[in-house]
Amino acid sequence: MTATTASGHPAQGSAADGRSSRGRGADGHPRRPRRAGRPSAVARSRAAPLLFLLPAFAVYAAFALYPLGRAAQFSLFEWRGFGSSTFVGLDNYADLAGDAAFRAAIGNALVLILFYAVIPLVVGLVLAAVLRRGQVRGMGVFRTVIFLPQVIALVVVAVAWRQIYSPVGPLNQLLDAVGLGALARGWLGDPSTALIAVGVIGTWIEMGLVMLLMLSGMSRIPQELFEAARLDGAGPVKEFFAIILPAVRGEITVALVLTIIAALKTFDLVYMTTSGGPGNSTTVPSYEVYFRAFDLREVGSASAVAIVLTVLIFAINVGVTRIGERES
Amino acid sequence: MRRRHFLGTTAALGGLGLLAACAPGSDSDGGDASAPAAEEVETDIASLGEVTLTVWDQEVRGAQNDAIEALIEAFEKEYPNVTVDRVSQSFDDLQQQTGLALSGNDVPDVLQVNNARGDMGTYVADSLLTDLTGYAEAYGWTDRFAPSVLSKMMYSADGVTFGEGSLYGLPQTGEICGIYYSQKKLDDLGLEAPTTWDELFSLVEAAQEAGEQPIMLGNLDQWPALHVFGPLQAHFVPAEEIVTLGMGNAGADWTSQENVDALAQLAEWGTSGAMGDSPNGLAYDDAWPLYAEGTGVLLIGGSWLAPDMEAVMGEDLRFMAPPPGADGTVATTGGTGIPFSIPAAAENKDVAAAYIDFLTSDEAMQLIADNGGMPVNRTAELAPDSGVNKDVYEAFDAVSTDGTLLPYLDYATPSFADTAGATLQEVIGGQTEPEAAAEALQEDYGEFTEGT
Repeated sequence: MTATTASGHPAQGSAADGRSSRGRGADGHPRRPRRAGRPSAVARSRAAPLLFLLPAFAVYAAFALYPLGRAAQFSLFEWRGFGSSTFVGLDNYADLAGDAAFRAAIGNALVLILFYAVIPLVVGLVLAAVLRRGQVRGMGVFRTVIFLPQVIALVVVAVAWRQIYSPVGPLNQLLDAVGLGALARGWLGDPSTALIAVGVIGTWIEMGLVMLLMLSGMSRIPQELFEAARLDGAGPVKEFFAIILPAVRGEITVALVLTIIAALKTFDLVYMTTSGGPGNSTTVPSYEVYFRAFDLREVGSASAVAIVLTVLIFAINVGVTRIGERES
Repeated sequence: MRRRHFLGTTAALGGLGLLAACAPGSDSDGGDASAPAAEEVETDIASLGEVTLTVWDQEVRGAQNDAIEALIEAFEKEYPNVTVDRVSQSFDDLQQQTGLALSGNDVPDVLQVNNARGDMGTYVADSLLTDLTGYAEAYGWTDRFAPSVLSKMMYSADGVTFGEGSLYGLPQTGEICGIYYSQKKLDDLGLEAPTTWDELFSLVEAAQEAGEQPIMLGNLDQWPALHVFGPLQAHFVPAEEIVTLGMGNAGADWTSQENVDALAQLAEWGTSGAMGDSPNGLAYDDAWPLYAEGTGVLLIGGSWLAPDMEAVMGEDLRFMAPPPGADGTVATTGGTGIPFSIPAAAENKDVAAAYIDFLTSDEAMQLIADNGGMPVNRTAELAPDSGVNKDVYEAFDAVSTDGTLLPYLDYATPSFADTAGATLQEVIGGQTEPEAAAEALQEDYGEFTEGT
């Protein structure tokens, strides 16, 4: 739950941009202050910048920092969510180390990064490069269709895919029709395919977002660069690696941060498709948080999982951002 | 640099928050564990003056909601000095609020509490619910309810023993897991409805040979297999032992030969394709419509499916309690609707008890039956003349009065729903051997019963 705040950052950035442009006149020049004279004592004090931050910080603290702190505190207790609690120090964390379900959850989350972040990035890049080159007719429709999964509520997505993967669903019917009936199975019920099946849904969802980000990055590349490269005899592949890839490095970082967060905090898809089964084969950290807090009534252990998950998301994304910044 | 500064500030603020906040929860009990004796109970509600009774329930679905509203109206007419303030919400919402609500100061007078160990059991242990034994005596509830029904709401005062001790709630409706069959498919196979488990096993084989899917199961959700395994287990294991296992009381053993045999039978059905090609890949809510539309000869599951499947199958759909089990009597998984309880800190306990009495009265049972639900009492006499509900009512009556209503296996421990769900899934899928599955179940059960 705490993880959602991280994805709020980009939105805050764009809101700040909008605000600064509003301070300008219609002709684009800064407006003159209406009242000349010395700024007030408050405005001159060193605390002024902090005062400007205060309203936003108060909201952020109340709805993100305080819950995070409380979760960290809960993780040190053994508590059922009501009644009395016992302070147990770091025992909840120590227990996690030997907890097979928790380790399975972390392992599954790392696999899901491949499906949520890496594959969509590769596919999205290629798709965007192709779309940019070829002036396809109905390009707008195509873009919308690929982006559509982002707009649909995840619960709806999950229910639809559960139908597709059903033993009597369209996927198995298709396999039967093309003579591959031997491959047909209950995709979500088979431990060897369940996680991949969930991952593919993630790929389907994130692909559109990545593609759109890449397209917007590519649209900023001056046309002259491509002309120059073509004059030097570069083909589409060379063009992709020499011009496009370096130009969209920033977008790649943003896309990776967003999709990795999505991968690590997946909950709805797993909850709606497999409930973590069969066995432990599709359980993920967020699902463990829910399961421990509301089914097992182990609020301490659930909070510990949540804190570990938050730290993990933070660490991975600091890594991604660092690499992205260093290379540019 | 700036980031480091920000991090430092954040950490400092977080640390401050940690220091300032008090420990989660409170050490004080919600109220004293009051247990009024029968002679202290005031049953003359009209003499109590103006009272507003706050009731939290989860009867939000159409027919149930109608029944409750009609009952409240009748209750208020009978006692004009009482106003019922009803708050209804979904089961999940109510379940997740109950713990916090009960430990606070402003508690409702009546509230529905799930009778599983993880819910009612923990509240009883924390003295958050009123012991209703005195009221039961004053109102004669022990005559009204069958003992195997009442035991589902009984705990020892410390919450350790489930199934005996004091009474902490009363249900309105009943439910039972049994065997649905299609009369037409049985006729086509030239078979009768089975009267023994051996007949049932040969029916499964005969159906498979005839190219039919013998049993429909959608077990993607993990819990549906429990409703198949419960009745099946009763064929191998004495009912008394299943009750001990299912209620999470000490003294039974999942690794006994009988339990392993039961798991082996489930594994055979799963791996031989008797339950379809991939029962673990099919969702519960996709499975029963498939059955209603003609896939599968049998469906082992809960009585709550009857109205929806009957709407498609009509007279073809039949229901039966499983054949007599290991000890010669009928035993199957079943239980009650969510019971109504009185919080320990409730203000108007006498009125609350009168309300619960009213909700479970003979007239109320009639009203529930009229609205299409299955009343927990008078089930046989209120049974409709025809249709699958006639079978369901009769099966419930037979099991609850002459047989044993086995607890849902996931009542046993707070984590048993997950353990049993995952384990049975692996047994059906053939990923776990019956012996290993029995050990996994024993580990959860053993850890819980020895830990308390």
